[in-house]
Amino acid sequence: MEPITGAEILVRCLKEEGVEYLFGYPGGAVLHIYDALYNQDDVKHVLVRHEQAAAHAADGYSRACGKPGVVLVTSGPGVTNAVTGIANAYMDSIPMVIISGQVPTALIGNDAFQEVDSVGITRPCVKHNFLVKDVNKLAETIKKAFYIATTGRPGPVLVDLPKDVTIAKTEYHYPKKVKLRSYNPTVKGHAGQIRKAVDMILSAKRPMIYTGGGVILSEGSTELVELTQLLGYPITNTLMGLGAYPATDKQFIGMLGMHGTYEANMAMHHCDVLIAIGARFDDRVTGKIDKFCPTARIVHVDIDPSSISKNVKVDIPIVGSVPNVLRAMINVIRDEKLRSDTEALARWWRQIEEWRAMKSLSYRPSDEVIKPQYVIEKLYRVTEGKAIITSDVGQHQMWAAQYYHFDRPRQWINSGGLGTMGFGLPAAMGAKLAFPDQDVACVTGDGSIQMMLQELATMKQYHTPVKIVNLNNGYLGMVRQWQEFFYQKRYCMTYFEALPDFVMLAEAYGHVGMRIEKPGDVEGALREAFAMKDRTVFLDFLTDQTENVFPMIPSGGGQNEMLLAERDEMVSTHDEGMVLL
Amino acid sequence: MNNNDRHLISILMENEAGALSRVANLFSARGYNIESLTVAPTDDPTLSRLTLATSGNEQIIEQIVKQLNKLIDVVKLIDLSETEAIERELMLVKTKASGEQRAEMMRLAEIFGGRILDVTEATYTIELTGSGNKLDNFLRAVEKDAILEVVRSGATGIARGQKALRA
Repeated sequence: MEPITGAEILVRCLKEEGVEYLFGYPGGAVLHIYDALYNQDDVKHVLVRHEQAAAHAADGYSRACGKPGVVLVTSGPGVTNAVTGIANAYMDSIPMVIISGQVPTALIGNDAFQEVDSVGITRPCVKHNFLVKDVNKLAETIKKAFYIATTGRPGPVLVDLPKDVTIAKTEYHYPKKVKLRSYNPTVKGHAGQIRKAVDMILSAKRPMIYTGGGVILSEGSTELVELTQLLGYPITNTLMGLGAYPATDKQFIGMLGMHGTYEANMAMHHCDVLIAIGARFDDRVTGKIDKFCPTARIVHVDIDPSSISKNVKVDIPIVGSVPNVLRAMINVIRDEKLRSDTEALARWWRQIEEWRAMKSLSYRPSDEVIKPQYVIEKLYRVTEGKAIITSDVGQHQMWAAQYYHFDRPRQWINSGGLGTMGFGLPAAMGAKLAFPDQDVACVTGDGSIQMMLQELATMKQYHTPVKIVNLNNGYLGMVRQWQEFFYQKRYCMTYFEALPDFVMLAEAYGHVGMRIEKPGDVEGALREAFAMKDRTVFLDFLTDQTENVFPMIPSGGGQNEMLLAERDEMVSTHDEGMVLL
Repeated sequence: MNNNDRHLISILMENEAGALSRVANLFSARGYNIESLTVAPTDDPTLSRLTLATSGNEQIIEQIVKQLNKLIDVVKLIDLSETEAIERELMLVKTKASGEQRAEMMRLAEIFGGRILDVTEATYTIELTGSGNKLDNFLRAVEKDAILEVVRSGATGIARGQKALRA
């Protein structure tokens, strides 16, 4: 076999892995790799305008279609720019492989031009990383990177590639399989634990199913729906888990947590058996730990043993992949014809319906000023609930999560763990590349959108027509809301005295811009925008500057201590809560 | 289990560049203590053995063990505090040894099973091995002013019985 260069080996490996899109930005250390990309068109390269966007776009692509996102950046600033995007993927367990260029091995450690310790910098925010010093190990390392990124609890894996390794030649062999003696994720749940869990689940008088992003990542939605409907139990999803169970089904009682529905949080607080599936008891979900689910025995299914009993001690842990464990549970229940306590369940549902009747997501409509919630409701209607929705971070993110009812997994793409402003736009581009025939909308705000604006140019170049729904209130709304409630309305640095004309800006990038100022124009504008199938449309909605996200559990509160929209007087949170902000 | 019990965790891991930093990073990033840490290759040159003394309550130790196991480079580990185990640490001490002190110091070293490795007219350099407690006791037994320098390897250990920690 003819020896080929490291750069050519890399490109061949990517082909073997079925990589469709490579999101990247060239530079000195990766010139050989770009040269190897030149004479082929199996791996399509998307030239972003900032490396952070490369990571976010790959991330959005992966969240939309389930395949790993792949990123190529140069050494030094190329890597450091990508770090935010890598950390974002890490926090939400998104499978990603990042190839970073590095200075030649002989120069490593010499403070060479565009040198940083990429492996060191990214170590805390990757599942694993590698520095390849020998071209003979390159193919195997790439195989390992994809294997680690996509199995177990997924996550980003970085491969740092010194320039001389991309130039050196060797014979190319891509291993069919790779085995790591130190890495064997448990997929199959323990049968004894599953049996015990089923007994506990069926003994419940006030059961509650709480599921997170793990259900979506593991493609466990079918099993989740089947089990939930078999049991007839109420179900709530975390922000990351929305879409795993159809939001329009009556057993779904809304998102839980800080801005979750009244019924979901109250049901959590009062349940006697909690079935946690692919969720990690994040602080935005639990509120104050001491007050979390005080009367519940807890079953926890997760592929990552370290997620179990990390924040909340659980009674029956099951390590395994969600579809595998849930299928086993369904089989036990069906085979043994087991039944839940239907009488108690009927009483529980009556209680939940009372809570649901509080209509905690109601808001005061207006004919004068556009309510942000109203925009999301119309977006839901105009897209018939079928669009892929990405979001940035802030109030608009919560409103999108609350008012767009996601019926299928991978329809809702947002930065849950890291909370990265700027994620939405590049993620929408990635999602659109994965599904060119589907409507994709990016729900954003005037703060977030300005963090990755430059990607409007990439979207023009690669023809990824998405609809940008900008809820423009002139404020960093979520921070403003906290300042209103907890800092006596001292609005420090949350008002933008200068904002660009987003319509002109969109047009400058070659897109369509629309400004909407009246509630009566909202639906029409959305219809017009979505009718333009092949254009990116920037819809700048001037919304109510004072609107707040409700319900809300102030930090330090328990899940039964929610603030609802009607209550105008805000109890100020205690000191302990302020620390938890 | 008491709060903040000391645990000796012994880790078999890939002898790869960066593996040690992954362990150290984990402890600093998650705010866990490291009291001592020793690391060296094993009979299999592709593997290192790392022994780490830490402390924390039951929940923290459980998380430490899980987080360590999650590191890709960690092959296997054992919490030696959960089993019958032998713990050893090496200490080199340079002490004053002149006049009356000289005989006294030699006697103390003998009592603790130490060896004198280097002698000058005014000093001894003593090698001692044992559990951390034993070494502490030696240092307490020696007159404080007499100690010139102390070098400790950090604790290392192995489980008693037939079971062996191997890849």
